[in-house]
Amino acid sequence: MKKIKENVCLSVLSACMIAGMLTGCGSASGSTANSDTSVELLNVSYDPTREFYAAYNELFCDYWKEKTGQDVTVTQSHGGSGSQARSVIEGNEADVVTLALAHDVTAIEEAGLIESGWEDEFDKDSSPYTSTIVFLVHKGNEKNIQDWDDLIRDDVDVITPNPKTSGAACWSFLAAWAYQQEQDGQDSAATQEFMKKLYQNVLVLDSGARGSTNTFVENGQGDVLIAWENEAYLSMQEYPDQYEIITPSISILAQPSVAVVDENAKSHGTPEAASAYLKYLYSEDAQRLAGKNYYRPSNEDILREFSDQFNLDMNLVTIEDFGGWNEAYKTFFEDGAIFDQIYDE
Amino acid sequence: MAKEVKKNYEQDVVGDGINSIQKVIDPHKSESNHIVKNILIGTCALFLFIMLILPLIVVIINAFRDGWAAYQKAVFDEYTVKALQLTLLATVSAVAVNTVFGIVASYLVSKFYFRGRQILSALIDIPFSISPVIAGLIFILTFGNVGWMGDFLKSHGIKIVFAVPGIILATIFVTFPFVFRELLPVLNAQGKDEEEAAALMGANGFTIFRKITFPHIKWALLYGIVLCTARAMGEFGAVSVISGHLRGKTNTLPLHVEILYNEFNTTAAFAVSSLLVIMAVLILIARNLIEWKNK
Amino acid sequence: MEQQIVKVKNKKGVRVIPGFGFSMGITLFMLSILVLIPLASIFISTAQLDFKEFIDIVTSRQIVSGYVVSLSCSFIAALVNVVFGLMLAWVIERYEFPGRRLMDGLIELPFALPTAVAGISLTYLYSDQGWIGSVFAKAGIKIAYTRIGITIAMIFVGIPFVVRSVQPVLEKLDRQYEEAALMLGAGRTYTFFRVILPELFPALLAGFGLAFARGIGEYGSVVFIAGNIPYKTQIAPLLIMTKLEQYKYADATACALVLLLISFLLMLLINSIQLHMQKFSKC
Repeated sequence: MKKIKENVCLSVLSACMIAGMLTGCGSASGSTANSDTSVELLNVSYDPTREFYAAYNELFCDYWKEKTGQDVTVTQSHGGSGSQARSVIEGNEADVVTLALAHDVTAIEEAGLIESGWEDEFDKDSSPYTSTIVFLVHKGNEKNIQDWDDLIRDDVDVITPNPKTSGAACWSFLAAWAYQQEQDGQDSAATQEFMKKLYQNVLVLDSGARGSTNTFVENGQGDVLIAWENEAYLSMQEYPDQYEIITPSISILAQPSVAVVDENAKSHGTPEAASAYLKYLYSEDAQRLAGKNYYRPSNEDILREFSDQFNLDMNLVTIEDFGGWNEAYKTFFEDGAIFDQIYDE
Repeated sequence: MAKEVKKNYEQDVVGDGINSIQKVIDPHKSESNHIVKNILIGTCALFLFIMLILPLIVVIINAFRDGWAAYQKAVFDEYTVKALQLTLLATVSAVAVNTVFGIVASYLVSKFYFRGRQILSALIDIPFSISPVIAGLIFILTFGNVGWMGDFLKSHGIKIVFAVPGIILATIFVTFPFVFRELLPVLNAQGKDEEEAAALMGANGFTIFRKITFPHIKWALLYGIVLCTARAMGEFGAVSVISGHLRGKTNTLPLHVEILYNEFNTTAAFAVSSLLVIMAVLILIARNLIEWKNK
Repeated sequence: MEQQIVKVKNKKGVRVIPGFGFSMGITLFMLSILVLIPLASIFISTAQLDFKEFIDIVTSRQIVSGYVVSLSCSFIAALVNVVFGLMLAWVIERYEFPGRRLMDGLIELPFALPTAVAGISLTYLYSDQGWIGSVFAKAGIKIAYTRIGITIAMIFVGIPFVVRSVQPVLEKLDRQYEEAALMLGAGRTYTFFRVILPELFPALLAGFGLAFARGIGEYGSVVFIAGNIPYKTQIAPLLIMTKLEQYKYADATACALVLLLISFLLMLLINSIQLHMQKFSKC
């Protein structure tokens, strides 16, 4: 009995010491690797880009090794676009961000971490690849969903994420809005009524695009998922012969934005590598890789190589039609703005 | 009524020996009692089966949906192993810190009378009921770039949030009261006569604790540690806010599960979950062993 | 009684047991560093709002509906847990049957299972394609993505609190009362409700409070099974997250502060009950 007592006593004491050491070491471990032979980059991105960047990182590593002789290790971080941007603002030391919306990058800019003018730092408004919003339906399309106006039918259940927390949902909302504006001849009140009906059909309003996809695919909820085009293709690939993609007559050209987080890159001593990392996204190899991962390459020639994969005849509006992201966010998604109004009675 | 019950209770405490004899004499069995017993046991078993066991079965079945090889691949994946290491590190730290705190604080609250005892123990209990989301948020608001200590930490090159220390802190926070909560009732029930006697006879503080207090609490302490370990391993909400999801760096096992789930890698997600389930079951078995030894 | 004696000693400035200063120091130090200082950040951040803004935010329709959903579901879940928790504690303490130990050991499972895993598997079970959900779907009852689903997730996380609060009391409770009541001719039900239940009441209340508080704050397991539809199935912690995603820290902390106050008041209440119980059993 006495022995047990002593043992317990000892183990408690040693546990304390270990903890002390660990927390001590932990606070000292926030070092930044900065030597001539290796460079570390942190890419904070949004949910659907995991597969693409996992492949792209290998491509870039080879390229950079050949060019400078340095070994690059890129750490990936993925999540909802908004929360990822927030984590960078709060101190997640990303060297580059590759997010779903320009609005999220602007938020980081406003926090003083990215220098203004980042939109023009790289080609095509700093969006090396684009995507659009499509519908994913069950194989056979029993409910005969063809366009946005089918989504407000009483017998259709819709799955889409919440625009307040998900970038994809903002694009979807705007695409639907653009469609109905066209139908109503720019009558905003009528369009708002249409959006209200659409969101009344929404069964589950997840907080992120991946959450919605899982709700639709894994848990079998709803008849149609409003999704990123690349996300829809990925689901088709993961679950062959169960789903099909419907392209609506009008959709939106979704331009995910990339930017170097200047403050962090400077303090890590990695601005060249970070800038090269994003610049190389425009190379032909990377553009093809984007195409293979179901993103629309921004290079027109390479986009045409993928013409059997993408429906290039869709009528795509752009964010400029809504007056840019900041304007659009204020009109539609701020507290008390149109999105909140359609849920208020 | 209440007064009468109270009176009875007092008699019980005094006449304990007689009670146990009475128990032996009265076998306490009847037909209707039996039916009630079986119904109650059945209901409880059904409730536990639906609420607790079925979710476990879901995890296990889905983990092996694609066969043993896929399971092995998911479990021995580089990132899974790293996540496991981080989870263990956070758990060990949290348990150690909270054990020390739990012992000292419960000793304080039970052995000394002072003003504000109730408020103190309510304060200690806060992490119990706080939303994990808020628990993560407070560390961001303290140590993050937007927090009031952010500039100071940044200028000294110390990283807490979105790094391992933040994860350890968040884990400590959510499991903070566990050991304390287990020890307090035991120490309260023990009273302080023995310690007072020892003190009057001239024993010093550490000797009193080691020789008198500790033997009383050791099983409760172990039990508290077990619970604390279980909770620390599984913590998701708070850690999720503070981690930054850096793959291979600040991903704990529960976060890794979420990432895998979000990668359409459901089987792997459930496989990694099953690791956590196995660890949880091991811990609960340990708990039962402790209780069995105790009795 | 005992406390009074110590109090007298206090006035003389004598504390018999050594280590008061030491343990007080360590307790306050660790409590401040690990809990109170981080918690203070909520107040600091909320202080950026003036009082009117604060009231506007915490009484806005969406936020209030979030509180209502969280509080009402959590209240029902805690009630269900009181009933089943009492039953479980009773069965485990009073009956001998095969599998009793297993039953006892399972109770803490919800502590140990990560909330995200719990959420994912509960959703899998209760969606209208799932094993349990499909049975109810035939009867026209939807569980996942409704408030029922939220309540079930909260029941899951709250079970251990009630069982573990009641169990020790039930263990110590002597059977003599029951036997006395039975011998005096009281029925079984009467005995249970008039003799046993009053004894267990404080413990049940404490368990109820803990389960209730835990449910209000629960996030990980609930977001998966809640439909997150505004005004219907949006829980308060999710609204806090939403505010954060919009970079509105002060708004988020204001909502958090209200939740925190509710939790703290609940905890204070529980502690008073427990100290009261302790006094009650000692004099």
